[in-house]
Amino acid sequence: MHAEEKMTLEKWPASPERQTLEAKNKFVGFWLFLGGETVLFASLFATYIALKDSVPKSDMALAKDLFEIPLAFAMTMILLTSSLTSVYAMYHMKNFEFKKMQLWLGITVILGLAFLGLEIYEFNHYVHEFEHTFTSSAFGSAFYTLVGFHGGHVAFGLGWIIALIIRNSKRGLNLYNAPKYYTASLYWHFIDVVWVFIFTVVYLVGMVG
Amino acid sequence: MSTMAQKKGFGAVLWEYLTTVDHKKIAHLYLIAGGFFFIVGGIEALIIRIQLLKPNNDFVSAGLFNEVITMHGTTMIFLAAMPLLLGFMNAVMPLQIGARDVAFPFLNSLGFWLFFFGGVFLNLSWFMGGAPNAGWTSYASLSIAQEGHGIDFYALGLQISGFGTLMGGINFLVTIINMRAPGMTYMRMPLFSWTTFVASAMILFAFPPLTVALFLMTFDRMFGANFFDAAMGGNTIIWEHFFWIFGHPEVYILILPAFGIFSEIFAIFSRKRLFGYSSMVFATVLIAFLGFMVWAHHMFTTGLGPVANAIFSVSTMAIAVPTGIKIFNWLFTMWGGSIKLTTPMLWAIAFIPSFIMGGVTGVMLGSASQDFQYHDTYFVIAHFHYVIVGGVVFALFAGAHLWWPKMFGQMLNETLGKITFVLFFVGFHMTFFIQHFLGLWGMPRRIFTFLPGQGLETGNFISSIGAFLMGAGTIVFLLNVVITAVKNEKVGNDPWGDGRTIEWGIPSPPPFYNFKQLPLVRGIDTYWIEKMEGRKELVPAEPLGDIHMPNNSFIPFMISLGLFIAAFGAMHHGDQGNTWGLPVLIAGLVITFGSMLTRSLKDDHGYHIHKEELIDDEDKGVRA
Amino acid sequence: MKEFIHNFFVTIYKKFTKEGFDEVMKRFAKWRLASLLAFAALILSACSGHPYLSTLQPAGEVAQKQYDLMVFTTWIMFGVMAVVGIIFVIVLVKFRRKDDKIPKQVEGSHTLEIIWTVIPILLVLVFAIPTVIQLFDLADVKAMDKKNEEGKTDALVVNVRANLYWWEFEYPNEGILTSQDLVVPTDEKVYFNLIASDVKHSFWIPAVGGKMDTNTENTNRMWLKFDSEKADDVNNIFYGKCAELCGPSHALMDFKVKAIPRAEFDQWVGNMQAVKEPVQATEPLAQQGQEIFNQSCIGCHAVTPANTTPEAARLAPNLTTFGEREKVAGILDHTEENVKKWLADPETIKPGNKMSGTYGELTPEQLDALTAYLMGLKVQGE
Repeated sequence: MHAEEKMTLEKWPASPERQTLEAKNKFVGFWLFLGGETVLFASLFATYIALKDSVPKSDMALAKDLFEIPLAFAMTMILLTSSLTSVYAMYHMKNFEFKKMQLWLGITVILGLAFLGLEIYEFNHYVHEFEHTFTSSAFGSAFYTLVGFHGGHVAFGLGWIIALIIRNSKRGLNLYNAPKYYTASLYWHFIDVVWVFIFTVVYLVGMVG
Repeated sequence: MSTMAQKKGFGAVLWEYLTTVDHKKIAHLYLIAGGFFFIVGGIEALIIRIQLLKPNNDFVSAGLFNEVITMHGTTMIFLAAMPLLLGFMNAVMPLQIGARDVAFPFLNSLGFWLFFFGGVFLNLSWFMGGAPNAGWTSYASLSIAQEGHGIDFYALGLQISGFGTLMGGINFLVTIINMRAPGMTYMRMPLFSWTTFVASAMILFAFPPLTVALFLMTFDRMFGANFFDAAMGGNTIIWEHFFWIFGHPEVYILILPAFGIFSEIFAIFSRKRLFGYSSMVFATVLIAFLGFMVWAHHMFTTGLGPVANAIFSVSTMAIAVPTGIKIFNWLFTMWGGSIKLTTPMLWAIAFIPSFIMGGVTGVMLGSASQDFQYHDTYFVIAHFHYVIVGGVVFALFAGAHLWWPKMFGQMLNETLGKITFVLFFVGFHMTFFIQHFLGLWGMPRRIFTFLPGQGLETGNFISSIGAFLMGAGTIVFLLNVVITAVKNEKVGNDPWGDGRTIEWGIPSPPPFYNFKQLPLVRGIDTYWIEKMEGRKELVPAEPLGDIHMPNNSFIPFMISLGLFIAAFGAMHHGDQGNTWGLPVLIAGLVITFGSMLTRSLKDDHGYHIHKEELIDDEDKGVRA
Repeated sequence: MKEFIHNFFVTIYKKFTKEGFDEVMKRFAKWRLASLLAFAALILSACSGHPYLSTLQPAGEVAQKQYDLMVFTTWIMFGVMAVVGIIFVIVLVKFRRKDDKIPKQVEGSHTLEIIWTVIPILLVLVFAIPTVIQLFDLADVKAMDKKNEEGKTDALVVNVRANLYWWEFEYPNEGILTSQDLVVPTDEKVYFNLIASDVKHSFWIPAVGGKMDTNTENTNRMWLKFDSEKADDVNNIFYGKCAELCGPSHALMDFKVKAIPRAEFDQWVGNMQAVKEPVQATEPLAQQGQEIFNQSCIGCHAVTPANTTPEAARLAPNLTTFGEREKVAGILDHTEENVKKWLADPETIKPGNKMSGTYGELTPEQLDALTAYLMGLKVQGE
């Protein structure tokens, strides 16, 4: 199977994302990369857990004072839904339905942008209402680094998916770009999983602990 | 596109190397850059030993000395040892597993250029306000307190280089998982490919903690964060943990490929297969696994408490077991064999007693309550130089001699090789053996001078003389390289005569596509099997067909250049009165991400070598 | 030995032939065993360093225990190296290439693998058990928590505070503090609280026991015991070192330990406690020096030993006992000339120290006066 081959529904294989050697390599390589990213986020979580109660003055805001669960919950549901819509996109990709795949990826992007928008609003709120900034305490540095890195990953993922949508709009689906879509969706799932951990360890534990 | 070597001008060769995605050429780049930084690190070592030749010496000032020791360690580990090993892994592993290139040729090139620009950035510190001076470990309370940009060069330079190494690790893992030739099961892979595999897995998991640590340091120093500021709630011990969670696996990342090189050499020059192959594989994996569980043995005196110290002490001493298994298996590879003392074999033989000495002091250091005396003294310096020089550097010299013909088509001179060996070996022991005692006699490490009348004069003097012998040996090696290149005597595919693995079954150097037809693997030591059955060549596993090759690209260079530029902006934007820092940072990032976008927007399907051209080559190629 | 050197140079200068080299390697093979034994003898011989500084001449319970474990481990490691060495030598002598025959290709040996896995595991256990026991023994600082009716501990406690580039030693139970020279009683456990005020340092008295880091964010605790007989051998002075890179003058952050019998120690404490006010100088030159001191130096340097000033205000070594200290600035011999040298240009003596640049240039007369004053600061009397 050649990557450049023009595809039709009849010729489209069952797992289009791993048909060529290049595709198989990307598949394995990206899972390994996610393994490394897991260790990266684990380190950021460890830093956060170590420093989450460390402020220089006792009157400074801590997790309990800052976080509003309804907002965090809304962000969680939006991101989880965006993972679901990316699954729909992959379903359509496997069925050689290019336009539907592009549509669901577009919806994923819109949800991702909504997530980022809420996060920016959240950070802005902390900075102005509580003077809780990156430089105000060790807790602040740890919080914004962990949650900020995640947000940075979301932003990068959005840029990636948008670039794929645009670049392939005239090309359609083939065995060269199917793996690209697939790895992007793997990445998107990964940052969703990371967010579930952030919601738990940062926000939920922050309200209780 | 002709497969014949063409006479090229200097400009064409330069452009070829700037844009190559061929693992063999990238290997050359790693060897040249790594070799250059090895010389730089070696000069830094000589400066240290000259300063410590006698008490109260003033060859360099106290401040400059701290910069020199920091750069010596950082350069040797990150910019010399790692790249040289990556060079050999690039040159040899794909050949050993019967692959035409690595899984991601473009990323392979990007990995190199990131390492290169990171290393250049770090060393520019010498000329731009001062090098980092808090030791290669850069502990947080000292490094945060440093004014000037030395530590910033360290944090940003290693960050950039580290991205490159991480890419290399993923690349090798996927190559070995997906691209082994037909018949090559995991348990038929040569040991050097196994150690490449395991070391790459270690890179994947060990580098992210360093990435995080460097980000935290960068944020604290350049962007006002408080991770390490005790007054703002920070904690410097976090740095120690992250650094060593990376740092300990790092030294196993260095030693495992070295072990792999020696496994090849012992087998080749004893004319005997590696004794206990499965045990060797198992021991390699066990060392890698245990390597992640011992990091706090660098922190026994930090005050973690007796429970933590006890756990890490026991796990540290346990690593002696798989390492010992390997030593015995090497000895029994030679037992009953037919040993030839070529230069690579001399290095391998000298490695055994040298590494063992380093290993036993390692067990002693691992015993935490003893370590309270050894820690941060010259005893530790003696230990790690014994294992790193006696292990890794010996392997680099050995591997260079062994695979020089395969990489460059010529054999290094054996006589000069033996002279290098004797000078370096004697100098090495002279420098470092006495340092065990200096540490026991009360000499801490990282001191720019020592006081007279404390019993430290003679030992330091002897140690310094040894360093010059090592320098002399290195110079002889460089002469060897130059003379060999000038003489330009071509050799065949198996110049040592006793090659066992696939790389010795193809021309020296290989054609740029490696294999006309991928080889069929019928067992361990594939080429040896064919030789013993009277065949001169490897058995093909596929019919002759078109070969798909990747295109060259300048984009990896651009991506790396962008980060290099951005780093300058990041470092200076916080300076008093600075206006250009932030724009430069943004511009650099635009170059990097823009280049990445350029790469992603175009389709790049590579090109094909057609069957007919391969048949032409048949008549004109060099055969052993 | 002469033959060894002869062989060595023969290999360098002789024209390299394969035969020549092989012949020389054969000669060297004999010497490997001899050199191994020579090293063993060297290690066990009198190459044990100076008794006031060397870990190989333990002068206290902690150093002795660590030394015993070190020797135990070394002997076992010698055994391991001997086993490996024997196999190694046999291999190199017996299996050199004689002909072109291909040797028998041996896959491995299960028995051998088991032997050289199990025995090292047993050896690791043999190390691990005394190590763990010793770790808990050395970490036992319970006596620091046991407070008596007065709210003090029965055991002697010293609060060590490491700074760039000097040491402060506070005795909380006794209410006094001193710098640079740590005074302790012999033959009893002395407990230490360790902390640093600026960057990480490490507190180490090699002859007496292993080190412990002084961190900026937490207090570490350890104990040491100073043997009276060994103290006699070194005129009661042990050398202390900083053992964590802390800056340019890390190499120059030495301190001294004065280990004296309990009775003398009590007397010293009493003398210190008796100093309630700065001692007034009696000689005119020293009085001049005191005037200069009170105008400037006293801002950082106290000359009374009471530990009532808050830690944050104790920016420089306490000088109450300066006149009877072992060294000037921790490293120079304790002479008038060196005091003047130090005061005139501290930056040259200890690059990066925090006293540099805090006062203007001193005239020779001022230096003489200050030196006279400082040399008179004593609590033990003549």
